[in-house]
Amino acid sequence: MDTFPEALAWAIFLLPVGCSLLITLALATGLLRRGQLRLAGYLTILVIFVAFLLSLWALKAVDHNSGHALSYTSHQWLQFPGFSFTLGLRVDGLTAVMLVVVTSVSLLVQVYSQGYMEGDPGYGRYYAYMSLFTASMLGLVLSDSILFLFVNWELVGLCSFLLIGFWFHKPSAAAAAKKAFITTRVGDVGFMIAILIIWTHTGTFDIAQIHHAAVAGGIGSTTLTLFALGVFAGAAGKSAQVPLHIWLPDAMEGPTPVSALIHAATMVAAGVYLVARFFPVFAASSGALHTVAWIGAITAIIAATMGVVNPDIKKVLAYSTISQLGYMMLGLGSGAYVAAIFHLMNHAFFKALLFLGSGSVNKATNTFDMRQMGGLRRVMPITFWTFVIASLSLAGVPPFSGFYSKDDILHAAWNDNKILFALGFIVVFLTAFYMARVIFLTFFGEFRGGAPHHDHWTEGWTAIPVAASEGQNVHDSSAVAAVLRAEEAHELEGDAHGEHEVHPHESPTVMLIPLVVLAVPAVISWLVNYHTHWFGDLLKNALPVGTPERTDEVVNWGLAIASIAMALAGIFVGYVIYQARRGLDVTMGRLLRPLYVLFMNKWYGDVIGEEIIARGLVYRGVAFASETFDTYVIDGVANGLGMVTNRGGAVLRRAASGEFQAYGFIFSAGVAIIAVVLVVIARTS
Amino acid sequence: MLSAILFLPLAGAVVCALWPREHEQYVRWWAALVSLAAFIISVVAFAMFDRTQSAGFQFMEHFTWIDAREIGGAFTLQYKIGIDGLSIPMVLLTTGLTLLSVLISFGVGLRPKEYFAWMLVLETGVLGVFLSLDFLLFFLFWEVELVPMYLLISIWGTGRKEYAALKFVLFTVAGSSLMLVGIFLLHYSTNTFDFEQLSGANIQNTIVPINLIFWLILAAFFVKLPVFPLHTWLPDAHTNAPTAVSVLLAGVLLKMGGYGILRWGVSVFPQAAKNFALIFAILAAINIIYGAFVVLRQQDLKRLIAYSSVSHMGYVLLGVSALKQVGLTGASLQMFTHGMITGLLFIMVGLIYERTHTRDIGQMSGLMRKMPVIGVAFYIAGFASLGLPAMAGFVAELLVFLGTFDKFVPMTILGVVGVLLSAGYILWMLQRVLWGPPMERWEGLRDTRNWWEIGPVVGLIVAIISVGVYPLWIVDVVQNGVQPIVHRLA
Repeated sequence: MDTFPEALAWAIFLLPVGCSLLITLALATGLLRRGQLRLAGYLTILVIFVAFLLSLWALKAVDHNSGHALSYTSHQWLQFPGFSFTLGLRVDGLTAVMLVVVTSVSLLVQVYSQGYMEGDPGYGRYYAYMSLFTASMLGLVLSDSILFLFVNWELVGLCSFLLIGFWFHKPSAAAAAKKAFITTRVGDVGFMIAILIIWTHTGTFDIAQIHHAAVAGGIGSTTLTLFALGVFAGAAGKSAQVPLHIWLPDAMEGPTPVSALIHAATMVAAGVYLVARFFPVFAASSGALHTVAWIGAITAIIAATMGVVNPDIKKVLAYSTISQLGYMMLGLGSGAYVAAIFHLMNHAFFKALLFLGSGSVNKATNTFDMRQMGGLRRVMPITFWTFVIASLSLAGVPPFSGFYSKDDILHAAWNDNKILFALGFIVVFLTAFYMARVIFLTFFGEFRGGAPHHDHWTEGWTAIPVAASEGQNVHDSSAVAAVLRAEEAHELEGDAHGEHEVHPHESPTVMLIPLVVLAVPAVISWLVNYHTHWFGDLLKNALPVGTPERTDEVVNWGLAIASIAMALAGIFVGYVIYQARRGLDVTMGRLLRPLYVLFMNKWYGDVIGEEIIARGLVYRGVAFASETFDTYVIDGVANGLGMVTNRGGAVLRRAASGEFQAYGFIFSAGVAIIAVVLVVIARTS
Repeated sequence: MLSAILFLPLAGAVVCALWPREHEQYVRWWAALVSLAAFIISVVAFAMFDRTQSAGFQFMEHFTWIDAREIGGAFTLQYKIGIDGLSIPMVLLTTGLTLLSVLISFGVGLRPKEYFAWMLVLETGVLGVFLSLDFLLFFLFWEVELVPMYLLISIWGTGRKEYAALKFVLFTVAGSSLMLVGIFLLHYSTNTFDFEQLSGANIQNTIVPINLIFWLILAAFFVKLPVFPLHTWLPDAHTNAPTAVSVLLAGVLLKMGGYGILRWGVSVFPQAAKNFALIFAILAAINIIYGAFVVLRQQDLKRLIAYSSVSHMGYVLLGVSALKQVGLTGASLQMFTHGMITGLLFIMVGLIYERTHTRDIGQMSGLMRKMPVIGVAFYIAGFASLGLPAMAGFVAELLVFLGTFDKFVPMTILGVVGVLLSAGYILWMLQRVLWGPPMERWEGLRDTRNWWEIGPVVGLIVAIISVGVYPLWIVDVVQNGVQPIVHRLA
């Protein structure tokens, strides 16, 4: 068990690929009929379970190798003079940790989905997408070259697109999917340029060789910084860092298990993984490292403020995810590579748990709007307790796992830059506060009615009447308008709920088991890096020797106590405002109105991104200018020339008569002329 | 063998023309059979092709056609055809797409005899362009292709079809007349039309500056590719042509331009190509970015895809401008992959248009519900077009970027931005047409169930993904064509 054959490493990646293809083919050929769709779910769960076991084995083997990369050969894939691309896998401490995190969370999410997606007509399609996603995510962490990593990077983006737009008849879901794909692709422009830079300068895509070149100083410092910034642009897109964060809240349109797996635990963390993967390069460029730290800290605090005001439980969790990803980036930027990945792992568990919990709540109340919830702790005890555990972990209260990794990051920030630390420190308070708010609004007080039952699939499937649709012009149905309309519809729905009685209930066992299982690591996953620093050593050995890395093994008690106090203060303020003195929230909102408006409008990020840049600058600006130029200048000149010629001679007008014989004649005449010219040339020369 | 590929369609066209009118409905089967035969022979040629890089031209056929020296002249017109790594992918693309075009035209009701006859004549014309190794022969085929295309657009087209067809012809003829002058000027100083002699010669002492000859010849190719600002014939022609003809226009005819630049431009005039590489790169960047911005505003499905071709053909020119192995490989590959991807896109648009009788994106919504097969295939085509990895377009564009980056950094970055914009317009289109709430108006639509429609779609998807997942099978053939150019440039 101390070695890990290469074939099995490939199996981790290829098994879910095969599973997805199999389900797709079975659906396309009609072999998998309605009623047998459950088979798709069972197959996915089985395959991912096998991948999970293999990942544990890989971890064991890497541990035996004390975290160094297991050596596999890279296979020739595309080569010709001047170009070579080899395809290979790299399993080291970082990869092994990611493999276990991805497969374990994915496994639990697939189990949970059996309950959550029950009865959905897209059930089979759902599992085809989910297994493809899992495969590409595993491929992403297994890749030994930046190019193969990029391929998987785009494929997870594709799966994210397909799953956000899973209920694609909803305009809001369709718009959100598009927005997610395009926004992350903005970052990918940087990533692509980074690949071009590194290949031009080193002639390789191989990650180990890039590391080596960076550590040995084989690349010029400007090149190195540009490469690192390009990579970070890609990472910022995927990991929803400011200013590319705007897609993630909208991505909550997807089914909730999707949000848990893709938009909380794994894919959005891929950006953090990417920076960690190229940490030796970042470490060699202080400029790049500072950028990462600052963007991370700014993201952490901006997203946290938005999470404080949003009434939608899932959106709050989305902002919280952005904020925590910012934390991880802050950690990496401060040089705390181990702490960032430690937090990534802990976060994957407790945030997946929170999302699955919100899905459970949604099943009970048919809404994500916390204003329609309340009092659920009595009817949903298991959801409640697991949610509380995960929230405490997120808020950073010991002895829950989130505290330890967050504290490591803050410690590194403290040693790096006091302003960055201060930003991170405020976020501790905000995080504790918004989670307290969520818990008190959702689970305490009286139940506020929920929303009438709606089926994601049938809702919106009724056709729009002809009259309404014809009057609509294309500009109206832009992404923004679609979102607005969806929000209106949402409000109407809220008004109508009085007529329907909703009786909240605990979710089925198949959904509760993953919650309970995830609650375990949410409490104790910190043990892996306690005392023996097993986890940290595993990760550090994945880096080439000589990479400057900051791990503070001594606990700074002052910082730890301060941050605990901050977290408890957040919880206490949340308790006062949302539980002890109900109604205070309205007063507070009125008092701090400018801030409230700013936060509610998401710091105007959507307005800037969609209205000003996408619609204004691109669509109405440059694109409009180009189109006008094309129509009136280019085509105008062409038509003008044609008209002049046309008027010049009536012959040409007759030529365009559409008579076949005429064309035949003209053509023959042309050939004859050519022949004459040929003969003349032949004679003269 | 090559002559068989070349003239089989023409012979088939003659039979089509002579087909008894009372059995008109069977002529489509004949056309399918002929184009299938041509496709199979070209697949055999592809399989038998010697992939070693120094193998040079293969399957050559050569005889003197007209020897003017006998009558005291100074030139010979030879029939000389052959394939190398540059042309065999184009031949494969031409025969393959023609076969698919014939199949998706099975529903043509208007004068089917003539329709299929002209389509097969078109195939011969285009194949002749790719096969000819004699400049004059090349030119003859270049002109032959115009007639069937003109008729196919102006008779079986839609909208302003006469205008579009005439515009297409005038633009092409304007370009090719300049090319003809260039060919003759070249002949004055080299005394040959033969490709192997031209590409081996060190051309000097021309009666006009050699750069002028270079640009005269390139004019025709730039119109065809098309290069900004000579692209304005393209959206009209593509939009108004019938579906199958749009497939061939975008899939094959544009490649005549790219192929011409590589074969008769860069290979024959390596020094001039080096002198003007920067201009190539600038024009390429304009094509990519300007084209993409114009696409963003299009409301007509076909026009949208037509303009996207303008943008995507910019990558061919960008790859060429690098004048090195990787970039040239990328350019050649981009021609092949774009042919497949755009072909598929036009087929999907055609299938939708046949059902909705509109191409106005603003009038569509939620078609996925009624037409899941068409919808899924359209999505696959779209993702291939926006350069998703594991699909053909990504490999080609990646090679273009890698090949160009060390030479023209700003233009390459603009190229990468072009990929971002393509994601914008493709997803906007797909989301508008296929997703969203279904409309009452389209309740009666039917998905496709015809094998002659599903077959081509599945075939192209398989081809696109196979190039994307394992590009070596086509790239190592391309090497055989690129290598001599690289040597020539060195």
